[in-house]
Amino acid sequence: MASLEEAIEGLKKFLSNKDDVAVAQIEKLITGLQETDLNEFDPVKRIIEGFQHFKINKFDKHPELYEKLAEGQWPKFLVFACSDSRVCPSHILDFQPGEAFMVRNIANMVPAFDKLKYSGVGAAIEYAVSVLEVQNILVIGHSRCGGIKRLMTHPEDNSAPFDFIDEWVKIGLPAKVKVQAEFGDLPLEDQCKHCEKESVKLSLCNLETYPYVQMGLANKKLRLMGGYYDFVHGKFELLEFEPCFRHLFST
Amino acid sequence: MATLSPTSFTKNFNSSVDFPITSFQTFAIFGPKLKTEQTHFRLSTSFNVRTGSRLELKAMKESPGLTQKLDKNRLDRLTESENGCDLFQHLKHRFLRFKKHKFEENLGHFQNLAEGQAPKFMIIACADSRVCPSVILGFQPGEAFMVRNVANLVPPFEGGPSETNAALEFAVNSLKVENILVIGHSRCGGIRALMSMQDEVDSSSFIRSWVIVGKNASLNTKSAASHLGFDQQCKHCEKESVDHSLLNLLTYPWIEQKVAKGELSLHGGYYDFVDCTFEKWTLDYKGSNLGKNSRLPVKNRFYWC
Repeated sequence: MASLEEAIEGLKKFLSNKDDVAVAQIEKLITGLQETDLNEFDPVKRIIEGFQHFKINKFDKHPELYEKLAEGQWPKFLVFACSDSRVCPSHILDFQPGEAFMVRNIANMVPAFDKLKYSGVGAAIEYAVSVLEVQNILVIGHSRCGGIKRLMTHPEDNSAPFDFIDEWVKIGLPAKVKVQAEFGDLPLEDQCKHCEKESVKLSLCNLETYPYVQMGLANKKLRLMGGYYDFVHGKFELLEFEPCFRHLFST
Repeated sequence: MATLSPTSFTKNFNSSVDFPITSFQTFAIFGPKLKTEQTHFRLSTSFNVRTGSRLELKAMKESPGLTQKLDKNRLDRLTESENGCDLFQHLKHRFLRFKKHKFEENLGHFQNLAEGQAPKFMIIACADSRVCPSVILGFQPGEAFMVRNVANLVPPFEGGPSETNAALEFAVNSLKVENILVIGHSRCGGIRALMSMQDEVDSSSFIRSWVIVGKNASLNTKSAASHLGFDQQCKHCEKESVDHSLLNLLTYPWIEQKVAKGELSLHGGYYDFVDCTFEKWTLDYKGSNLGKNSRLPVKNRFYWC
């Protein structure tokens, strides 16, 4: 592909043309090219290149799979992951089209059942469990989570409140309280790491408050798992969550 | 596929799920009734591939990587026959492949990302398993802050706090993304539920409580496309809903301010996985043109097939 400089040099050769109109147009083109900043990010270009790559290398190469997916989806997983740009489960766990119904929100939180406040999350759980009948719910936390850091630092740091973020992350308050009680003497970064994991456990407990999840667990058709992706050290942990009753005493 | 050969290990790295069960008291948030209930966390597997943990990877001849073109014979999908342990092993191996073929091969880039993210995009997409923007648009780690919910809806500012607008606030005001792209898609179950709703909201259903956010889109569709069959009306609504979400984005003062200054662009997209086509358009913001009931002014509409 010709470089920008080569294109400009090529155009300059036509400036000897005696046609004034043509010369004016060529000079305008040269000026436009000279002002082009090749490093300027073009979002449209980025989108089309990405889509073309997908179409050529995935969609067109597996017509039977995509034909089947066009008719419906039968994912085995409902995944909750953070909106953080670094932690997409399609990358870190290589989920392919059709495999995982995926919810992404700040700090990968699952609030307890509340139809008024949290209808978005509830809708995803209801759809995945009751309609799609997923077999596994996986909540994935991650390192250096901005949402968890906000939970752990506000309002103690006297920062101005956000309109919506603070209301959302306070779903994780029980996790914060637990971490501060157990690890309050550790540096903030370590406390945040503990909270990132504790918040996943809290979200798994909150999942149990949804009737369709309770039913799925009782019928042994649903499994709950917690994951933690540490992108600082390149690690992944996976936990299975098994709510059960333990007999304490009888008289 | 890479296999693991532990040189020194604890039982944590054993592939069987034979671990001591750890019990936790449930949190008080559930109230007194559940305080006697104990929950158990079972460590299924912990895959740690830092050299410090002394796990050595023995790469076999074939090493399918994330960037490698999918070979039909090696299409690595979760099969019907996966039992519990196989499933965990499968996830473990997928992570290790990502680690080997992406993370370690781009270590400098991932180390930079670990210090902070600076994505240029915020994406709002559906939770549908077939439409992950990382797959269909190839967004790599660090490129796109992503919200995924049922039917890729954006509630308006006056609706109050929600998970979607918490993410918007973070992306726009903290990360300062330059583009927001709302992506709708074909055969969307959430939009279908919206179009199927009668006037009364079914209070027993979360899905209906949520998709009602898109009510104006369904009303516009029913008035503009009533001559079409139901499936075609749903397709119309899938796109109408994206426009509706773009208008809802402008109800957030800090979004409108940035759009007016040219610091933030709002885009709509539509992925049709039946034909494998992608449409994209950009909101053409001139404040005075945006009346409550007017059509969304757009520019740079493209259709790729």
